[in-house]
Amino acid sequence: CRQALRRAPGPEVDFARAEREHQLYVGVLRGKLGLQVLELPADESLPDCAFVEDAAVVCEETALVTRPGAPSRRKEVEAVKRVLESLNLNIVEMIDENATLDGGDVLFTGREFFVGLSRRTNQRGAEILADTFKDYAVSTVPVHDALHLKSFCSMAGPNLIAIGSSEAAQKALKTMQQMSDHRYDKLTVPDDAAANCIYLNIPSKGHVLLHRAPEEYPESAKVFEKLKDHMLIPIANTELDKVDGSLTCCSVLINKTSEL
Amino acid sequence: MTTEVGSETEVKKDSEQLGPDKAKDNPEEASETPENQKSRETPSEEAQDSSSVPAPTSQSSPSSQKKEKASPESKGISRFLPPWLKKQKSYTLAEPKDETKKRTTGEQQVVEESECQAPDRIAQPQKSLEEAAAENQHNAKADDKEEKHSVSSAETQPAKEDGKEREVEKVAKEKEEKQAEKEKRETKEVQTAEIKTESIPQKSPKKIKTVQCKVMLLDGTEYSCDLEKRAKGQVLFDKVCEHLNLLEKDYFGLLFYENSDQKNWLDSSKEIKRQIRSLPWIFAFNVKFYPPDPSQLTEDITRYFLCLQLRQDIASGRLPCSFVTHALLGSYTLQAELGDHDPEEHRSDYISEFQFAPNQTQEMEEKVAELHKTHRGLTPAQADSQFLENAKRLSMYGVDLHHAKDSEGVDIMLGVCANGLLIYKDRLRINRFAWPKILKISYKRSNFYIKVRPAELEQFESTIGFKLPNHRAAKRLWKVCVEHHTFFRLVSPEQPPKAKFLTLGSKFRYSGRTQAQTRQASNLIDRPAPYFERTSSKRVSRSLDGAPMGISDQGLLRDFPATGGQAAGDKIIDIEAAGQAKLKEGGREEDGSPVKTPQLELTQDGKSNSLRVDGENIYVRHSNLMLEDLDKTQDDLLKHQASISELKRNFMESTPEPRPNEWEKRRITPLSLQTQGKGDHIFQVKTLPGKEKQWTAMPWIAGAKPEETNKSLEEEITSILFSKEGFRAGTGGPFAAASVGPAEGAAGEETAASAAPPPQRHATRAEGPCTGVSDADKSSHETLDIVEEKKQAEVGIEETLVVDETNKGKMQVATDAGETCKVEHLSKKDSSSLPSDSSSSSSSSESEDEEVGEYQPHHRAIEEVIREEQEEEEDMKKKEHEEKIQHVEATPEGSKLNVPVEHTQVTAEDLVQENAVTIATEEKNLSEEIKQDLGEEKEEEQLKLNGDVSHVDIDVAPQIICCSEPPVVKTEMVTISDATQRTEISTKEVPIVQTETKTITYESPQFDGSAGGNAGVLLSAQTITSESISTTTTTHITKMVKGGVSETRIEKRIVITGDADIDHDEALAQAIKEAKEQHPDMSVTRVVVHKETELAEEDEE
Repeated sequence: CRQALRRAPGPEVDFARAEREHQLYVGVLRGKLGLQVLELPADESLPDCAFVEDAAVVCEETALVTRPGAPSRRKEVEAVKRVLESLNLNIVEMIDENATLDGGDVLFTGREFFVGLSRRTNQRGAEILADTFKDYAVSTVPVHDALHLKSFCSMAGPNLIAIGSSEAAQKALKTMQQMSDHRYDKLTVPDDAAANCIYLNIPSKGHVLLHRAPEEYPESAKVFEKLKDHMLIPIANTELDKVDGSLTCCSVLINKTSEL
Repeated sequence: MTTEVGSETEVKKDSEQLGPDKAKDNPEEASETPENQKSRETPSEEAQDSSSVPAPTSQSSPSSQKKEKASPESKGISRFLPPWLKKQKSYTLAEPKDETKKRTTGEQQVVEESECQAPDRIAQPQKSLEEAAAENQHNAKADDKEEKHSVSSAETQPAKEDGKEREVEKVAKEKEEKQAEKEKRETKEVQTAEIKTESIPQKSPKKIKTVQCKVMLLDGTEYSCDLEKRAKGQVLFDKVCEHLNLLEKDYFGLLFYENSDQKNWLDSSKEIKRQIRSLPWIFAFNVKFYPPDPSQLTEDITRYFLCLQLRQDIASGRLPCSFVTHALLGSYTLQAELGDHDPEEHRSDYISEFQFAPNQTQEMEEKVAELHKTHRGLTPAQADSQFLENAKRLSMYGVDLHHAKDSEGVDIMLGVCANGLLIYKDRLRINRFAWPKILKISYKRSNFYIKVRPAELEQFESTIGFKLPNHRAAKRLWKVCVEHHTFFRLVSPEQPPKAKFLTLGSKFRYSGRTQAQTRQASNLIDRPAPYFERTSSKRVSRSLDGAPMGISDQGLLRDFPATGGQAAGDKIIDIEAAGQAKLKEGGREEDGSPVKTPQLELTQDGKSNSLRVDGENIYVRHSNLMLEDLDKTQDDLLKHQASISELKRNFMESTPEPRPNEWEKRRITPLSLQTQGKGDHIFQVKTLPGKEKQWTAMPWIAGAKPEETNKSLEEEITSILFSKEGFRAGTGGPFAAASVGPAEGAAGEETAASAAPPPQRHATRAEGPCTGVSDADKSSHETLDIVEEKKQAEVGIEETLVVDETNKGKMQVATDAGETCKVEHLSKKDSSSLPSDSSSSSSSSESEDEEVGEYQPHHRAIEEVIREEQEEEEDMKKKEHEEKIQHVEATPEGSKLNVPVEHTQVTAEDLVQENAVTIATEEKNLSEEIKQDLGEEKEEEQLKLNGDVSHVDIDVAPQIICCSEPPVVKTEMVTISDATQRTEISTKEVPIVQTETKTITYESPQFDGSAGGNAGVLLSAQTITSESISTTTTTHITKMVKGGVSETRIEKRIVITGDADIDHDEALAQAIKEAKEQHPDMSVTRVVVHKETELAEEDEE
């Protein structure tokens, strides 16, 4: 991860700490929440391989293996695809060479998709996603001043969008609100990065929300702490944050019942 | 009410008792034409009666309600017979019912008569000729009349009740009554129309030329029948629904295809022949409005047809869905049509008979079969419900796609759905405009435009244009938008244009019931679940019970047992729920908005002085109504409003005025809070007097206003009648220019101020046609307010108004404004160059004419279109004006931002007045005048001169902007040289709330006169009043000299007073004819029709 792509030069990543954080992340998902976690072997030739979210979009029984916008990441999808195939998902590959799509630009609300048109994702990529998930409306959202759409937003509940406070984030939210027939609740947090959280609805646990730790974003954490119905699990992500990695980036959530 | 109710209950009982007999009779009778006619009449009557009792709320619904009621009443076969069938087939049925009720034929007759009142009115002769029953009816006409009155009262009461419920009773009873009456009239009209069409063929089947038409049904079968060649679409549609035994038919429609791919909806209010022209009489019965929540449908049979439609949509690929969804929906289809999976009977290939997807694979079929097994125990109705629950979530569910290009020529798709307009590029949604966001929808040639409410931080609304393949495609899209908007957003449809006196284009309006109305109506359905065969039900299907059921049994089982255990309960629950839901909905929308509005109004009234409060309230209303971003905009607007706010307040306050409300109610929604405005009116008056005077100065040439007529003859007539008010305003306006006018106008104003009714009058004036310019100001304000109120009252209206209001109000206003703007521009531009022409107005008129001409041919009489175009043009003009005239700009902007009313006022007043003044008075001076006018208008007093001088009639029509935020008051400066056609068009174009109108006839120097008129000198003015039995004609003749050119303007106010018995349309047409005959040299520039039923009558002289 040391050579991971980054939008801007910044402090050096403490690899050891990053690894600890990631292990904690996996530990929460697997141990605390009882999820089955399939870990892909790290590939040092692919410095961004930790961010598996960008390689695939999984919804219900269908998995779209993407074509990441960064050429250096195109190979990441192969390992992801193999795992997805092993799960008996319907695999759709993005073959079109004109299409690019990072999973980080795809926000699935449960009712519809929003696809951020960023430097990593283009119109054609969004079209293929729309063709793949025909049941859902797919709306495009221009993303400026951020790596991905989900760099400043994510789902924090069944009908709740967590959104950052930056101008870019608010503008994107406006767009999403206009494009949708559905009215979402919004949870505005002071820090864009903190708006990226992981929401899970686990039968035995109820609403579970993994969010950035108070040590990182104290103000945003306070906002999350107001969610009374959620099981809140703060997770630090200080190191990967330096290379534009957010919480959702590090996993692909697949709703697959006990078959495994 | 009580009596009627009792009778109904009795009837029901009787019907139940007699049910079988009736049912037996029905089929027999059905074939018989006379009986059919009678039966038809009877049903309508029954429907009215029933409607009056149970479902007062929806006028349009009454027929349906009637049908529904009738159905329950008649047990046995009659149940299964569609309402129309019953009607048609069974006069006997009705009679027996009646008899049973009263057990005396005479009573029956009376009932019939009463029921047939509306039809009788229209087609009394026919009936008499045709049917002995008709005789009875005639005999009972008197009775009928009485009954009618009683019925009407009953209806009004229910309406009131509904209104109360909806609006929280805030609206005055009077208003409600008025509305109810209006509604009644409408319903009557519709009924009559139906009756006519039906009766004609039936009566003289041999004489009448019939055409065989075929209708492809959703189950793939074909229904054919013979129709009279001139039958309207409603006749065929009713026949089909009858054939299908479908009561909740408002979601459906008939399609006809021109070319291969161009599908058009058959307009039920128009003759089939005129719509399909040379095309073969082949139609497809389809779902027109996809209910967002199919579970709210009352009957399983309705859901079944929706399922059939969706299966068709899915199999054809129109409704895309994923593999999994294909399989799931397919499995529900199997369960519904085949029943539980039977391993013995359902072999591997049993699925292949069905098509679940455009590209059906073996894998999919296997998946379908697999899922089918999991549905064991689901009844067909349950399976259908599950099917719909899944299908409704599909992103393209209910989206009607149209190919288009954006402004950059990029191929896109426009999708019209229940919530608004969706923009797709390829399969991606790239934008969405919810109905509340859309202020106006229009098309011009092959271009389709939507005017969008300004975003939060924006101050100006923007117009977005799309290029469609051709003009017809643009028109089609526009119509679909109008229909969807009306159906899903409005509580009640705008009244369809009735009369077609002038051969102006016909305005298109959605004339059916809205979703709210159809839900209300369907709540009243209490017939036993009808039996129907599902497509494959012929095969042995196994019901939940597990025992193979006969088809009929299945049906019964479905309805009763199957659903029975559950269903029966469920149904009941559903009904209740639906009722509650309706109530809730009604409450939410209607109550919410209306209530809020009323409260606001009340507060406003109380606070009348505080402008801000009013404005805020208004906004609140809007926001409450449905506007998404109104609050913000409102705030912005408030900021901008500042000075305008006062005017707005006045207007707002005034807006509540009963008449405007009535109009609004009629037009938009039945219920409106008119009463509120009384206090406001006073305020308005105070503020307005100056304006009024000015306006009065403005010439009103409102003989009859076709536009309004389009909306509703009655209303129009009433509006004309309102001429009382109008007289004040109108006479004041136009004539005021003369001299008498001002006084009158002032009087009118004063009166208005003094009493709430006067404000109404003003409003009516404005709406109607043209209350004079001065009036226009007030009226415009009022109308605007009204519009807003209407919107509020209508609840659904917020957005709903978008179409209607936008079209009508905006159209009017826009047109007016546009015209005025044009005039102004022209005047400005031309002022220097045109002196020779003498009238910028002439140029303006020309421009208008051109527009009209262009659109007319293309659109053929689509007033709305024209209006829209005009509006657009006007808007453009306005913009230009704004640019040109800083003052103007400032005002309009502010108005826009602040409050629609204000906007209207400001824009309308300022622009219109100014424009008018400038145009009428002096082109050269226009700019200055305009500025002055603006100031004046604001100040409200200076304008008199302008008004007097200016011949321009400022029609302030409240634009029906969705939110009413920026109702643009369009002041039409119609200096029509000879553009009777034009004028007519324009008038027609003018939307619902129209205050327009002027028929300015310039003699030889018409154009010049108009232009010169502005600066002209008033030579003489006289008022002549003549009366006949049912009509009062007030003629104002104003002679002006402008730049050496004499201009004579004759303004006739024709008040047609009378009961429903009077054919207002005819009377109006006659009046117009006479006017034309009397002044062959002159052209009719504007016809404004105000219809007011009760109010009109009351107000009428």
